Amino acid sequence: MINSKKIAALFATLLLGGTQLLMAQTSAAGTDAAPTEEQTAAMWSGVQYYVLLFVLLCTAVAIIGRIFKVYDLTSQLQGKKPTNWNTVMGILFAIFLVLGMYGAFWSFIVQGSMNLPEAASKHGVTTDNMFLVTFGITVIVFIITQILLFGFAFLYRGRPDRKAYFYPHNNTIEKIWTIIPAIVLTVLVVFGFFTWRSITNSTEVKGDINIEITGHQFAWELRYPGADNKLGKKYYKLTTAANNLGVDFKDKNSFDDLKADTLVVPVGKSIRLNITAQDVIHSVYMPHFRLQLNAVPGLPTFFRFVPTLTTDQMRAKLADPSFEYMLYCAKICGDGHYNMKRIVRVVSAAEYSVWLSHQQPYLSDGIKKELNMVATAPDAAPVVADSTAHSL
Amino acid sequence: MSTLAVQDHGAHHDGHDHGHEHHHDTFLTKYIFSQDHKMIAKQFLITGITMAVIAMILSILFRIQLAYPDHAFPLMETLLGRFAPGGRLDPGFYLSLVTIHGTIMVFFVLTAGLSGTFSNLLIPLQVGARDMASPFMNMLSYWLFFTASVIMLSSFFIEKGPASGGWTIYPPLSALPKAMKGSDMGMTLWLISMVCFVASSLLGGINYVSTILNMRTKGMDLWKMPLTIWAFFLTAILGVLAFPVLVAGVVLLIFDRSFGTSFYLSDIVLQGKVMSFEGGSPILFQHLFWFLGHPEVYIVIMPALGISSEIIATNSRKPIFGYHAMVYSLIGISVLSFIVWGHHMFVTGMNPFLGGVFMITTLIIAVPSAVKTFNYLATLWRGNIRFTPAMLFAIGLVSFFISGGLTGLFLGNAALDINLHDTYFVVAHFHLVMGSAAIFGMLAGVYHWFPRMFGKMMDERLGYLHFWLTFIGAYLVFFPMHFMGLDGVPRRYYAFTEFESMKRWLSVNMFITWAAIMSALAQVAFLFNFIYSIFWGKKAPMNPWGSNTIEWTAPVEHLHGNWPGEIPTVYRWPYDYSKPGHHEDFIPQTVPLSQTMSSNQEHDYEENEAGLQAHKEWVAANKKNEEVK
Repeated sequence: MINSKKIAALFATLLLGGTQLLMAQTSAAGTDAAPTEEQTAAMWSGVQYYVLLFVLLCTAVAIIGRIFKVYDLTSQLQGKKPTNWNTVMGILFAIFLVLGMYGAFWSFIVQGSMNLPEAASKHGVTTDNMFLVTFGITVIVFIITQILLFGFAFLYRGRPDRKAYFYPHNNTIEKIWTIIPAIVLTVLVVFGFFTWRSITNSTEVKGDINIEITGHQFAWELRYPGADNKLGKKYYKLTTAANNLGVDFKDKNSFDDLKADTLVVPVGKSIRLNITAQDVIHSVYMPHFRLQLNAVPGLPTFFRFVPTLTTDQMRAKLADPSFEYMLYCAKICGDGHYNMKRIVRVVSAAEYSVWLSHQQPYLSDGIKKELNMVATAPDAAPVVADSTAHSL
Repeated sequence: MSTLAVQDHGAHHDGHDHGHEHHHDTFLTKYIFSQDHKMIAKQFLITGITMAVIAMILSILFRIQLAYPDHAFPLMETLLGRFAPGGRLDPGFYLSLVTIHGTIMVFFVLTAGLSGTFSNLLIPLQVGARDMASPFMNMLSYWLFFTASVIMLSSFFIEKGPASGGWTIYPPLSALPKAMKGSDMGMTLWLISMVCFVASSLLGGINYVSTILNMRTKGMDLWKMPLTIWAFFLTAILGVLAFPVLVAGVVLLIFDRSFGTSFYLSDIVLQGKVMSFEGGSPILFQHLFWFLGHPEVYIVIMPALGISSEIIATNSRKPIFGYHAMVYSLIGISVLSFIVWGHHMFVTGMNPFLGGVFMITTLIIAVPSAVKTFNYLATLWRGNIRFTPAMLFAIGLVSFFISGGLTGLFLGNAALDINLHDTYFVVAHFHLVMGSAAIFGMLAGVYHWFPRMFGKMMDERLGYLHFWLTFIGAYLVFFPMHFMGLDGVPRRYYAFTEFESMKRWLSVNMFITWAAIMSALAQVAFLFNFIYSIFWGKKAPMNPWGSNTIEWTAPVEHLHGNWPGEIPTVYRWPYDYSKPGHHEDFIPQTVPLSQTMSSNQEHDYEENEAGLQAHKEWVAANKKNEEVK
């Protein structure tokens, strides 16, 4: 007993010392916010503090372990039972179950509320419904199975006087829990399959607004089709400093193409995003529209969507006047991967046509010079430029 | 005859010429170029643990960057030099860390470290063989793995740093040395390392399959094999079929990088420079990669599931529930794993119809996984559970497998994957179901078979501490990531400060980083326990867990050839725990039915008419005796 008291005293002093060090460390860390070159020595002492702290922690753990052992042995000497680790672990599992469920619930409520706002596209609504159905099913399964797992661990923790129930198999039960997941999954598959097909439906839709988006390290280029609503062809070998997308001006549709800095789309119209990349794989990711598709060099793809909420409407809904829809790159593409942004703005049809009329033609003076084109009406508006181009 | 000539295989010796055998072993042949499967298992384990610690430190480095993107840590510069100028990670090096963390964890720890260790240790010991079918190939397998590890790590010491295109190394990023720093020399080393690794994996896999098929001891028919062996067997088959495809993909990539071919490249303008590649397809690489890559995740998880089946049955003192269903689930998972790879490619621009097909196969694979989970639960039900550290980790595995598996239903659904692809939701999903679950399987295996490997016991209470800190830590790290994914935060982002909408996740990132640091420090408890116990642990008894499988009938002191004298014969399945009518709560596989008449059931005599007759007579005679009394 004396022994264990001694150890307890030693441990208490160590703990005290440890706390002091911890306090000292936290205050030091607070002032350490902007370290400079001259602080190298301080840095190392900071590291030493942490290492020392960790060593102290380990010592404390070791001492606690020793104390437990000594306590256990002495109580055994006095004829008491040794610590039953089975019971301890069983109870810990029960506690973990309760706290874990609470933690999961807290996470769902607090962090769940930080999720994306409602879908701003037509297909996004079906995606979200699909999500909710899947979420409902999985959460039920999650709760039941985790309760069973940790509940069994608690209930059937080992005791020397018990014998386990010899129960090697039961074909009926096994059939039931093969068939039920199979049925549930079939429902999800069917539902998911039709949702997926409706989203990726590739038939031509008349009145689609074609917009081209091209990814390269580390930015997105946007090209609008102009009055003819047709994007001119491209060939990558035509790429030059001025004609950075490699647009082919043998194709007359190219002449009225426009370039833009912001992806502006009219609300309620079917938008066909034509997606390509120039160097490596990028990914057009617009989470608010539940839209993502990789941009692959040499493999032009497209994603069709109908935006349903204008930026202003979304700002009102979120009570956030500075809200913007964003376009990210979601596929690792190099050092600047984390910073390939474009603002997406959904506007009314009227605003859209006004905005469009202010965009610069893709066929810039630089390109004209390169192609030795006859300079025609350089100051004319894009639409005019278009008509003159046709008359060339 | 599956038991061909096992009796004569390997070194033949009795107890008394033990000293004679030691005579042949030099340090070099015993510890380095050993051909003994038990030593090779230890080599795999220790290399695997070393790699795991390295990969874990890498993850802590990039977690610190994510938690404190605006903060400079002078120590980082001291440690990493030009990779962390001014005490902040370089964005390119951040991607290198992510890439090498993934590569090491998936391939070097959870494939070689897990399969390599336990297949090597347990296959000969549990099927009753003196050693692997080809001990020499086995040795080569380890040394190729070691070479691969060295090459992979050496890429930290070259000028431009290690590969950084993500562990999936999609071309063109990985194919164009100028696309990023890591795609230069670092990528070359990555590819060379991977070719060595696959060779190692193939040598190992072929060995495992042939040992299991040809060298089982007398009486060990396929349906008497423990689930560990079933899992290793199917894993090895998956590896043998899938890994060569990765090599094919890698070789074509090497051609594209170095010899000017265009297998994966087309229409490329890099940094304003028009390149001459034409006609290739980057998607082709993804098909080849994921044809390996998806079976690979099952190569990672199936041994862990096998190990946990064995540990849960042993420590619940109950037969595993639905042994046949467990085996058929494993077979189902193995077969299906080859036709689901496209679910990694829903949004790559692959034909959307294909996406639909892959979605169907992917969701089907959830059925056998669900069956396995329910069977684990049923095994625990009304058990008499002994919480050894191994058992705790096995239970943790089941919990992770459920949590991570369920989110697979979201990602496997093509429609939902559109918005979740390449976000933190994916990171959370696979770190739970594949990362944490598999690493828990590995740790469970280490705690359980440590006495078999080193003849010593590990400290249980340190094991408890290790478990709880790691288990809670892993959930704290990965659970919140789901919500970041649902908010549309893409993965592999160097900093969350560039986008206004992501800044609110910084506090969560800080929380995650500290949880990760806590779990990482908890591993010190394991490492200390592991190393201390090897040298100063309590000496292990022959069968410390009261287990049925035959590895526990071999002497604690290792000898080349595993058993002195004859290899034991097997008479029953490995899960006769708590059988009613028997005085103990386990009956080892080596106990013949004739010695346990009181506990035998008619079921035990399938295809054994004479035995059944004897059993019925015994039962009848016993009844009479009872009546007389």
